[in-house]
Amino acid sequence: MLEIKNLTVEVKGKEVLRGINLKILEGETHALFGPNGSGKTTLLMAIMGFSQYRAVKGKIYFMGEDITNLPVNERAKKGIGIMFQRPPTIYGLKTKDMAVICGSGESNVDVGKLAVELNMTQFLERDINDGFSGGEIKRSELLQLLAQNPMLSLIDEPESGVDLENISLIGSAINKLLEKDFQKNRKHSGLIITHTGHILDYVTADVGHLLMDGTIKCTANPFDMLWEIKKGGYEKCVECMECKISEYKNK
Amino acid sequence: MRNVSSAWNAKFQNIRTNKIKMIDNNVKLKAQEAKEKKAPLGPDINLWEFSDGAPRYGYLPDVSKLSDGEKKDMVAVGVDASEKNRSGTFVQKDHSVVHSASMQDGLDVMSIDDALKKYGGLTEYFWKAVDPGADKYTAQAELKQTSGYFIKSNKGVKTIFPVQSCLYLASEHLAQNVHNVIIAEEDSELNIITGCSTASHVTSGIHIGISEFYVKKGAKIVFTMIHNWNENVVVRPRSVIIVEEGGTFISNYICMSKTKSLQMYPTVHLNGKNSVARLNSILVAPEGAEMDVGSRVILNAEGSRAEIISRTITKGGKIIARGHLVGNAKNIKAHLECRGLILSDEGYVHAIPELDGNVSDVDMSHEAAVGKIAQAEIEYLMARGLTEDEATSTIVRGFLNVNFEGLPDALKMEIDRAIGPSSVKGM
Repeated sequence: MLEIKNLTVEVKGKEVLRGINLKILEGETHALFGPNGSGKTTLLMAIMGFSQYRAVKGKIYFMGEDITNLPVNERAKKGIGIMFQRPPTIYGLKTKDMAVICGSGESNVDVGKLAVELNMTQFLERDINDGFSGGEIKRSELLQLLAQNPMLSLIDEPESGVDLENISLIGSAINKLLEKDFQKNRKHSGLIITHTGHILDYVTADVGHLLMDGTIKCTANPFDMLWEIKKGGYEKCVECMECKISEYKNK
Repeated sequence: MRNVSSAWNAKFQNIRTNKIKMIDNNVKLKAQEAKEKKAPLGPDINLWEFSDGAPRYGYLPDVSKLSDGEKKDMVAVGVDASEKNRSGTFVQKDHSVVHSASMQDGLDVMSIDDALKKYGGLTEYFWKAVDPGADKYTAQAELKQTSGYFIKSNKGVKTIFPVQSCLYLASEHLAQNVHNVIIAEEDSELNIITGCSTASHVTSGIHIGISEFYVKKGAKIVFTMIHNWNENVVVRPRSVIIVEEGGTFISNYICMSKTKSLQMYPTVHLNGKNSVARLNSILVAPEGAEMDVGSRVILNAEGSRAEIISRTITKGGKIIARGHLVGNAKNIKAHLECRGLILSDEGYVHAIPELDGNVSDVDMSHEAAVGKIAQAEIEYLMARGLTEDEATSTIVRGFLNVNFEGLPDALKMEIDRAIGPSSVKGM
């Protein structure tokens, strides 16, 4: 599905990511861990292709095709979708219309039905993101993603700013997006940034990555990694045996 | 007995005409004195450059007999010659009133000259809101008046469909100086859509329009004006609106055409308790256009409320967007919102919001913002699959999507069309 080879990314002339290698297979969900400022969001933005995040070295392949130099909208059309952390407000553009824009490539999108599932019906007539709370933004972003129904979903901290009541709602929306109820022939893949790992109580991940100082330090079982991070922090996690093995393998 | 009475009547008639004449002379005098008086705002225009004479056009009992070209120009400003879903129509071409008709009982739609005759000079209304001596344009409208319309809804009458009026410039380099009076009597409701336009072959001219509105107790006027001028046309509307107790005045103004010079500053006086004014304007200035447009509301009575909203876009033209709220009474609430979008380095938007609070217990606020479209907004939409151009026009459409509350569907449709996808194409 997605393959990143030796990717180096600059933001405003500053190197933020260095020599990133990452491979996500069809139907897989990967979790991305790492301390603040380690470059997790930058990686998602670079995969989506935003202009501020320049790939100065390396390649990004999506479904076997080199997309390193494609504009954002063409990546979206090919089947990559992103859940924004802090999306801008667009005055005069209703949430409903935004969801319709997202779903324009799909044949049978019932925005009204999706809104019911996400408890968003009362927001459909409101300007997109105007005065939305943290949790409302997450739900609105998921509404858009579900309408778009992408092959690969890039999900940035889905649990931040969400109360306990809504986190399971968000979890089940992500499960739907990633076709988690398909035991076989699951096509959709995901890359989820999580700080607390809280979302992994609701959404199972197949592979975990630890991103520190702009490089992927470790790739392993996400639940083992989370356990290590909780126990001894990111630094300790890097020192564990698994990491050393994967580091060795990467070499 | 009969003789006495008729003699008395004759005498009374005399006094009345004399009185009208006296007022008339006063107005004339003021206008004469203001003939050279420059307006405080907008570039000064040499009125001698324009011609006064226009061909006379015959009256058309059936408005659908207008030429196809004329009909097309009028539809562009919301005036429909088929008169479908309209309760009255007024069409003036250059100086000639070519059609005027009301299709509802208790509703007057006629030329101002007919109204002056019918209502004994309209002494309480004509030049009672707008000062003829305000500037050279008001003066010209008095000294060289070339018709205009009169629309009045009688007490309690509510128009089902909007009344439409069109002021059309068909001759080159002409000065059209109209005077309009609009009255909504107590508890009546009037919806007006008025379009001003130039024939496609006309490249220059001046349009001066005096409009005096009277919203009586409990009445409501929704006034939607769409301007579509050709590039060398100068436009100087002068409008004043008087609102009595519990009355509501809503104005929607749209100008998206390349107009050499447009300057207007309509002023609403909320004189009655709990009266309401809401003024929305949408201005789009292509390269070469100059627009100085404001809205002013003077809140003179307790409990009155006002809202001014303007959305301006420059594609290379110059825009000055003014707004002024004056709070003269307690317990009033007023808000001014002014947003400008700059889509070209050549253009500029100068937003001037002003608030005057003259007593305590007033709640007045304003917000103004001017800038370009944020890259983050464009990329947000691009991440949802839109191209950069589609994203930009979606944002522009949203920006212009003012909540025209309380509009009948017919009017909403006209506005949607005026700011619809085809008009914002290429922004």
